[in-house]
Amino acid sequence: METTLVDEEAQPRDSAAPVVTAAGVTRRYGVEGDTCVKALRGVSLDVAPGKLTAVMGPSGSGKSTLMHILAGLDRPNEGEVSIAGTGIGRLSDTELTKLRREHIGFVFQFFNLLPMLTAEENILLPLELAGSNPDRDWVSELTGKVGLADRLGHRPAELSGGQQQRVAIARALVSRPTVMFADEPTGNLDSTTGGEILALLRDSVTSFGQTTVMVTHDAHAAEIADRVLFLADGLIVKDRGRSNAHEILETLEEVSGR
Amino acid sequence: MMRVALKGMLGRKLRATLTGFAIVLGVAMVSGSFILTDTIDKSLGTIFDESYAASDVVVSSRDALSEDAESGSAPFPDSVLADVAALPEVEAASGSIEDEATLIDAKGEAIGAGMGLAMSVDPPADEQFNPLRLVEGAWPEGSGEIAVDKATADEQGLAVGDSIGAATDGPVETYSIAGIVRYGSVESLGGATIAAFDLATAQQLFDKQDQLDLVRVAAAEGVNSEQLAVEIRPLLPETAQVRTAEAQADTDSEDTQAGVNVFRYFLLGFGGIALFVGSFVIANTLSITVAQRVRELATLRTLGASRRQVLWSVVLEAFVVGAIASVVGLFVGLGIAVALNALLEATGIDLPQTGIVFSTRTIVVSLLVGTLIALLASLRPALRATRVPPIAAVREGAVLPPSRLARYGLVTSLALVAVSVALLAYGVLADGVGTRTRLLAIGVGVLLLFIGVTLVAPRLVRPLAAGLGAPAARFGGSAGRLARDNSTRNPARTASTAAALMIGIALVTFVSLLAQGLKSSFSDAVDELFVADYSLTAEGDFGSVSDATVAAARETPGVTAVSAIRTGEGRAFGSTVGVNGVDENLSAIIDMSWAEGSADVPAQLGREGAFVKDDYADEHGLRVGSPIELKTPTGDVLDLTVHGIFAEPKGGSPFGEVAISTATFDGAYAEKENEWAFLNMEGGVTDENTATLSEAVAPFPDARVETREEFKSSRIGELSTFVNLLYALLGLSVLVSLFGIVNTLVLSVFERTRELGMLRAIGMTRRQVRRMIRQESVITALIGATLGIVIGVFLAFLVTQALSDEGIVFAIPVGSLVVFVLVAIAAGMLAAIFPARRASKLNVLEALQYE
Repeated sequence: METTLVDEEAQPRDSAAPVVTAAGVTRRYGVEGDTCVKALRGVSLDVAPGKLTAVMGPSGSGKSTLMHILAGLDRPNEGEVSIAGTGIGRLSDTELTKLRREHIGFVFQFFNLLPMLTAEENILLPLELAGSNPDRDWVSELTGKVGLADRLGHRPAELSGGQQQRVAIARALVSRPTVMFADEPTGNLDSTTGGEILALLRDSVTSFGQTTVMVTHDAHAAEIADRVLFLADGLIVKDRGRSNAHEILETLEEVSGR
Repeated sequence: MMRVALKGMLGRKLRATLTGFAIVLGVAMVSGSFILTDTIDKSLGTIFDESYAASDVVVSSRDALSEDAESGSAPFPDSVLADVAALPEVEAASGSIEDEATLIDAKGEAIGAGMGLAMSVDPPADEQFNPLRLVEGAWPEGSGEIAVDKATADEQGLAVGDSIGAATDGPVETYSIAGIVRYGSVESLGGATIAAFDLATAQQLFDKQDQLDLVRVAAAEGVNSEQLAVEIRPLLPETAQVRTAEAQADTDSEDTQAGVNVFRYFLLGFGGIALFVGSFVIANTLSITVAQRVRELATLRTLGASRRQVLWSVVLEAFVVGAIASVVGLFVGLGIAVALNALLEATGIDLPQTGIVFSTRTIVVSLLVGTLIALLASLRPALRATRVPPIAAVREGAVLPPSRLARYGLVTSLALVAVSVALLAYGVLADGVGTRTRLLAIGVGVLLLFIGVTLVAPRLVRPLAAGLGAPAARFGGSAGRLARDNSTRNPARTASTAAALMIGIALVTFVSLLAQGLKSSFSDAVDELFVADYSLTAEGDFGSVSDATVAAARETPGVTAVSAIRTGEGRAFGSTVGVNGVDENLSAIIDMSWAEGSADVPAQLGREGAFVKDDYADEHGLRVGSPIELKTPTGDVLDLTVHGIFAEPKGGSPFGEVAISTATFDGAYAEKENEWAFLNMEGGVTDENTATLSEAVAPFPDARVETREEFKSSRIGELSTFVNLLYALLGLSVLVSLFGIVNTLVLSVFERTRELGMLRAIGMTRRQVRRMIRQESVITALIGATLGIVIGVFLAFLVTQALSDEGIVFAIPVGSLVVFVLVAIAAGMLAAIFPARRASKLNVLEALQYE
């Protein structure tokens, strides 16, 4: 993993094998017929390593469903998803748990920190669950990076929303996952704090080469991504490279209007 | 993960504490029962050890019916002492009498709350053996002197030279106190009194001239006790036996030990019930917490927690709560035992001072039971927790998925109820089943019935709440309506909360119905049999009415007939039976119906005649003219002939299986104990006659005069006392279920924080909030009471059907059931106090923003 961190930014996207792939993914909710909602209707994509991929789209476009499926939280009705080279379609719960431990980190909209644990304990939790020993240097580098070095003994209730999300990011990064998923990471924060969190996410991609997939409906959030995917009605309708907020908003309006 | 579980528990201290209480109470009951009974056991053991402290070998009287020495066994000739003392292996030996005598105070009342021991002293010969130590004065000498124990002397303010009454087999006699004694090193004998006489006086008082109850023997230097016992054995008559002192002490304590054991299991049973109820409370609390922690558990899953880790986190929490609660319970039990001991002491039944026994077994069992119950109770919630999918971490308002078994829920639970009913019916009604199998079937059946009904209960909550909540909805305004709706919101939760209370109420109902059935069949039997004007029954601690008392009654002017009924045991057809000795005029005072023979039978029993109970006659195919070989405790064998068969009423009678004439009885029994005497007076029951008779027996503290109604009510009073004791012990499990209600309400309030904020914001007053919570609690309690009463009535119905031969009728004590419902309502209100206060104190603004 250490080696992949070097100069990822400089390499062309296609040159490295994708860490997450989806092929022809569909996801329906409810039974067949009138009540059936097709959240995804055949989505295929590759997530390139060391990049920040944003998934955008209006409400109900299926962006959250796509992320849940890419992260192995939900299963597609049709199609294949593989994470770090492992197809997750046939994995048992235990195998999926192991996959999550080794390859996936999560950042949630509502932080989802455990209220009774201190910031540090929250950060170390994934390692504890996996039964592995924390790499002290890495942990202190990480806590320094997210700016929490002096807040480690605090409980979530004693931290601001932005600080809680920093803890969550550190927690997602601590196991050096193959891919980190962020679900509306700024959705529950004011714009200033949200901006700081976005900067942190961007920084983790740039300096650690952390492959990241972020679902958002905020154009300013998508601005930091290397690649922006637009979803509408369960399909990827646009695939842009790095874009500014203005371009993103325009595209969003364009795809929403269809 | 362990840390997560433990920290999580610390974060929910209140809940953990309330849950813990459910275990604490049950474990306290268990450990308290052990400690108390162990202490009693050891105290009694000390007494028996002291008795033979200086002896190597003991010769005691022997009960011909069994190997053990029991009361009722005949003394042996005092020539045994001389024979034993003559052996070269014997260094010294002394004989004594041991019997019962009740000390009587100046007012004519019996002293002490326990047994009155009578012992002989024979100084200086027996000073080395006798467990009695002279504290003051001198040993009693001659027929006018007595020595009493120090505790009694202190309590009564008696000194050497004072006089005191003592009742032995005859009327109360007054003695002069020659000395004050102590029993070995024991300060007190648990309320028992000691009356010591010199040997000759004792022999005469207890009608044991030239006889002995006990010979204590010291072996010569270098002689082994076992060896000495072997030497002595051939010298003994059939009514005597020899044992080493150690073995004798063990044998003596066997009876009391058996009694203590019964008492121990009795108390432990109630501890078990409380723990069973506690397990419901724990399971329910954990289920609610798991449901409320869905997002947290799901987050753990996304962070890489496996199902097994989630499972263990819930189980571990239960384990820690269970273990801590068990430790607390252990010591609370110790406290209860110490307090009970103090209470016993205060009421004069103080145990010999040997200190509280806190054995390893008590500690191990208490901790193990409490912890295991908590672990078992956590399994279901823990398994459900593993069903939380990781995706619940990102879903708004995610709920716990239904358990895998939910689909078959109704079928499973109905099947469980059916199985339990079948087991119960088998256990209660089946013929030819061993007692062990029967009890097992009933026990498991009841257990499964409770669990089954609990599983069905969620479906009953809605209709029950609609009915039981109607008054709340009607008169409680909007708060009442909301209360009713809240109680049906999560039927499973309401059901399992109510189920804990259900168990206690069901058992209480069962007890009250059974008691009612017993009472009515007993009074029917008394009404049928008791045609005499008055009865003489043993007073208080006296086991029997003495002949002297009966004679005094007979000589009272106006008394036309007196008939006494003696009681003993015998062995016939290979089993122990109850034997009575009856007077010839029995038919005049008891209206017996005869299956064979007539009312003349009692008058014509003669020396070999007997009458038997109809059940017993059926069992052994007896007819008039059938022979019965009856062996008595003295070793005599009576060859009897059946003269009549008595049809016993269903509610019982004063008679055992076999009745013989008093003359025959007295010839074959050492102890001539009258269980009852009945008598008629000229003019029947009048105030004047009652006064005359009472005055006539006043010098005899062992008997009490009762009319038929008094006789009934005093017996029923004894039953009521016992029933009240059962209520009190079952009250413990009701208390445990109260904690369950408190817990559920607190958690529900916590869960509905935002909603409560909304209600307050739109104008609900604090008072209304409190009322809403209170009424929800009462509705839950009423659901528990309803289910409990139904189950209790059903169980009582089954059992009364099975016992209908014994005359126990199925009767519903409506008054008691109304009281139980009121108790449930009060319990609901009590349980709601704390949660309601919490709910009403919520800060509206914070509550609204609560996530």
